[in-house]
Amino acid sequence: MNHASGIAFQILQSVLVVLIAPLVLGWVNQCRAWLQNKSGPGIWQPYKVLNKLFHKEAVLAHNASPLFRATPYILFGCMWLAVGIVPVLATSLPFAPAADVIALVGLFALARVFVALAAMDIGTSFGTLGARREMMIGFLAEPAMLMTMFTASLISQSTSLATIVQTLGQQEFVIYPSMAFAAVAFIMVLLAENARIPIDNPSTHLELTMIHEAMILEYSARHLALIEWASSLKLTAYIAIGSALFLPWGIARAGDWVGLPIALGALVVKLLLTGAGLALMETVSAKMRIFRAPEFLATAFLLATLGMLIHFLLEG
Amino acid sequence: MVSLPFSTQLINLFAGLLLLLSFAMLTQRRVLSLINLFAVQGFVLALSTSIVAWSTSQGHLYYSALLTLALKVVLLPWILHRLIRKLSVKWDVETLINIPATMLIGIALVIFAFNLAAPITLIGGTITRSTLGIATASVLLSFLMMITRRKAVSQVIGFLAMENGLFFAATSATYGMPMVVELGIALDVLVGTLIFGVFFFHIRETFESLDIHHLEKLKEH
Repeated sequence: MNHASGIAFQILQSVLVVLIAPLVLGWVNQCRAWLQNKSGPGIWQPYKVLNKLFHKEAVLAHNASPLFRATPYILFGCMWLAVGIVPVLATSLPFAPAADVIALVGLFALARVFVALAAMDIGTSFGTLGARREMMIGFLAEPAMLMTMFTASLISQSTSLATIVQTLGQQEFVIYPSMAFAAVAFIMVLLAENARIPIDNPSTHLELTMIHEAMILEYSARHLALIEWASSLKLTAYIAIGSALFLPWGIARAGDWVGLPIALGALVVKLLLTGAGLALMETVSAKMRIFRAPEFLATAFLLATLGMLIHFLLEG
Repeated sequence: MVSLPFSTQLINLFAGLLLLLSFAMLTQRRVLSLINLFAVQGFVLALSTSIVAWSTSQGHLYYSALLTLALKVVLLPWILHRLIRKLSVKWDVETLINIPATMLIGIALVIFAFNLAAPITLIGGTITRSTLGIATASVLLSFLMMITRRKAVSQVIGFLAMENGLFFAATSATYGMPMVVELGIALDVLVGTLIFGVFFFHIRETFESLDIHHLEKLKEH
């Protein structure tokens, strides 16, 4: 592999994903609106929101510490780094050896810690409430996420996402029952981590139920825009990890310019399908009480564990 | 890793689905969804049986797949649907105690079953031998479901799901039981469900509830 073309692929992937992340969110919201018989705001709405927010004047609380100001940038940076590591378009990118799946989960955890700290920084009760709820969901979702990753790692004998994709996507087609379990667990974790409907409602500002929104209530203008952008990046990163693990076809190798159009086409199809699927899941399920969330995530964890057990029984 | 034939991969996938459905039934609160899950489990069982029949060219397994389809996907769920409508418990929500703990016990049972089946798997000669552990686990999980439930209807569904697991175990260990035995069991299950249906009405008439804890007392206070 040529060094320069590897870097070109890395830049291409990172920039492309950052640019299309709001579009993914817009597509999910549009699908949800269609499923609810509404006309919907259009798929470009997140860009309009970001544009509006970037042109506003930022208002900060008097007692805001530097941590509060720095958090949006740290959050955005973490998510951007994550989408650079995940093989969205190509495997064996220059960034890929920087982090395996465990470090990737750690990266998400780092972002979460900063958001939670910033939420408590101002000292409003809503921020603290949101931070506590977010940490509860986070500490239950992370083990489930790791177990899902381990099931895939056991099959490909590596914790590096690029190697997993290469093993799963470029060999002959084999059905892994363990991956079916891992996929269900991963979808549950995705819903919980991205503040989607069974756990949190991304479009509500009702005090009693909000989790993620409660933490970012104090942010405005460019800070809020960065946080919103980072959330859509996080959703895209999770969808990308999910499709890397469970639909690993069509991803090119870095430096392979011939495979690039196929990889782009596959990416568009995967994002369209998973976005529509996500909207469907959100439409058919109702938001559950916060005290049901541990049960939901314990189920995800146990499904991932079952996947590992099944791997040892059937595929070992 | 040795690549398995495609039919075996499919059977393994269906075995995994059966285990998933067993867990779903273990934690399902609604009686109506429980019956639907039972029907889906029967459907997966029929599919996997017909794939075993196709890949081993065992003609009699087609009949048992058909029997499963007719009995466990159509007839029994229909009887149960009728029952819960007549008992007017269609929208009943059962209060289950501590689902995470139940699931942990379930995981322990699965590990136990897998260990139990491992030596048998090693000496087995069928293409489906590795699914024996899953079949044993499904039987144990259904058993656990019968223990944790308080309502009579869900206990009967647990009993029927246990029969599903046993059927799957027979298919995976020895390519199914002789036809006479299978027909006998099918008839037993059918008659059993009908008799249970009559019992439900008696239980409710006597105690005005389907909670079987009332049956533990010997005397009326």
